[in-house]
Amino acid sequence: MDLLSYLPFTLPHPALLLAGVLEGTVLAAVLALTALGLSIVFGIMRVVNVAHGEFYMLGAVLAWFITHTITGAVGGPPWLGFAVALIVAPLIVAAIAATTDWLILKRLNYDPEATIVATIGILYILQQLALTFYGPDARPVEAPFDFRVQTPYFGYSGYKLCVVGAAILLMLVVWLVLTRTKIGFVMRATQYDSETAQAFGIPVDKVYAGVFALGAGLAAIGAVLIVPIQQAHYLMGGDPLLLSFIVVILGGLGSLKGTLVAAIFIGLSDGIISTLYEPTLAKILATLLVAMVLVFRPQGLFGARAA
Amino acid sequence: MASADGNDMTKLDRRTVLGGAALLAASGSGLLPGLSGYAQAQSSAPIKIGFQVHRTGIGAAYGRWYDRTTKAAAKLINDTGGINGRPIEIVAEDDGTDPKRGAEVIEKFATKHECDVAFGTLFSHVVIGSAPRAGELKLPYFVVSEGHHVASGMLNRYTLQPGITDVKSQVQSMAPWVADNLGKKVTMIYPDFAFGHDHRDYFSEAIERQGGNVISKIAIPPRETSFFKYLPKIPKETEVLYHVMVGPGVLTFVKEMGEYFGDKRPEIFGFIDSLEAVDITSPGLEFLEGSHFWEGYPRYAGPDQTEHDKFYRAAVGVDNNGASLSDPKDVSTYAHMFGCWETLHILKAGMEAADYKGPKDRQALIEAVENMDVFPESRAHPQGSKLFNGRTHQAFAHQHISKVEGGKLVPVHKTSIFDTYYEDEVDYTKMSF
Repeated sequence: MDLLSYLPFTLPHPALLLAGVLEGTVLAAVLALTALGLSIVFGIMRVVNVAHGEFYMLGAVLAWFITHTITGAVGGPPWLGFAVALIVAPLIVAAIAATTDWLILKRLNYDPEATIVATIGILYILQQLALTFYGPDARPVEAPFDFRVQTPYFGYSGYKLCVVGAAILLMLVVWLVLTRTKIGFVMRATQYDSETAQAFGIPVDKVYAGVFALGAGLAAIGAVLIVPIQQAHYLMGGDPLLLSFIVVILGGLGSLKGTLVAAIFIGLSDGIISTLYEPTLAKILATLLVAMVLVFRPQGLFGARAA
Repeated sequence: MASADGNDMTKLDRRTVLGGAALLAASGSGLLPGLSGYAQAQSSAPIKIGFQVHRTGIGAAYGRWYDRTTKAAAKLINDTGGINGRPIEIVAEDDGTDPKRGAEVIEKFATKHECDVAFGTLFSHVVIGSAPRAGELKLPYFVVSEGHHVASGMLNRYTLQPGITDVKSQVQSMAPWVADNLGKKVTMIYPDFAFGHDHRDYFSEAIERQGGNVISKIAIPPRETSFFKYLPKIPKETEVLYHVMVGPGVLTFVKEMGEYFGDKRPEIFGFIDSLEAVDITSPGLEFLEGSHFWEGYPRYAGPDQTEHDKFYRAAVGVDNNGASLSDPKDVSTYAHMFGCWETLHILKAGMEAADYKGPKDRQALIEAVENMDVFPESRAHPQGSKLFNGRTHQAFAHQHISKVEGGKLVPVHKTSIFDTYYEDEVDYTKMSF
């Protein structure tokens, strides 16, 4: 009998823990990208974008169309199709988002309540368009490369590990753009005080359209990275939307640092709790945490209290 | 005996007097539409069959093929004289693979479309959600769902499943072969709803009767998209991994299983549900080589293909690899969809036996089907002969086990019909209408 057997609980098997951490890290990375999009849109535009998950779905569906065209019709290698999809799909999604902003949100004067209802409508429109033109099937996108990493207990997809790296890289780029470039400066100015920004000659309308496009584009990039793991399906937007909201509320709407910290926390805890116990338990705990945060610290962990 | 009345071929023979229609039917019905006609019919208004179909939602791949099979069967029936001289009309409605929507669709069939009967769907939760409404509306509801909910007595007299076996039959006929050939310590991975629970409960019982046991049961929520996190729960001492998954994530599931195990895997026994509508040669599925699958009806046409299978494949538009004739990448749900074809033919036989004229004869139709007991292998029953238990409203049939060899499913074992039989759990014929 070793000492461990006297513990009032059993320690998880290291294989379970490792699997939980790996899965959690992949989820955290993709979630950080997706939630970042939601957070930026709220932070700068004060728009709660309920259609965010559908932009994610569009990214995955477009990735399928693009890779399918390049590998299927033209006969190119899988990596080429994926590389093109990684650039083109988010750009198309961003363009769609900018159009939506111009067509709908701008005309509502970005009224917070009206835009929530409007984005719910956009959610259904995008979902049904995907169903109409893409169909109800789940379709796989081939990974650009694939190798298997052998841990002491089991094998793991090397591609998934690369997704984590790619997500970190992309977030660095976003952070640099927001803090070190003129575009970022203009965005931040609009966030602080859009009227004064306009008075100083900042084209606030264009900034808003650009921000909405950037937010949707980030969701789409997350989806393109994940689609070789998950398959593209017209209903796939629900989960990322829910998780992004959880992350953004925990971290504080509009706080990029908070979003990042909360994404890592939610991703890892979801991975570990799902593996050790039940995936449903992970969702219950995350939702409970959100409720607690809303009650006791409504501005989120890192958010500034609204004036 | 009812068996003679239930046999579609007998009906066709009787039609010989109607100017050689049977000859046409036998030499490739469907090729010469119109000739057999409806000349003898009193009324040529079509018999309306409400077809509840998963066009959208997680069952869409099944729905697409259930639709194609149903259309092909309806065309064949119409080209060979319809039912009682009347054509049939398939009224399809999408149930969204959703129980609530399913019940609404049943209601639409009864009230808006004024269908004679309802027919169709696969997913067990949709059937369980729809059957009570069919019972209330007194609308005969012929399901092709393979859940045990019909024969368990959970549903009602208006719900029948004559065209496909249920999970209880399937798994109990698999257990002896699994225990003898693969191993006795089994870990099960199944979806966390009625269909998966049938697998869990009845396979656990069946493998225990063989001296084996299920050492771990891993339930997966139906909308799950990522499966890796469940795999470390598979105990090391597992000899056989039993998997049955459905929905849009099936390919991911099998790929992740491959990444997890690499070449050091336990024996794997899967239900083809995990890969229905999926090409076995898809990238990432190589590791399934050498594993075994249950198949309700072998996807790949083998050397001992019957004439009936040949005819059925051609009529539905499926090639010898189980894929669409027009697109080899569009793989069918071959192990299940035959149930639609066979159910429509049973409906025809039942309506003819009951001399069905309209909704007032619905009870007579149900009684006529309840009186059937054998469906001999024929064009109407290409999957093979079946026994039908009118008391439990459930059919029993041969089951198949195939091995993945060279990226194909090669049949290695065929059970007898009696391996699938079990004691009655209900007698629907004693229930009032």
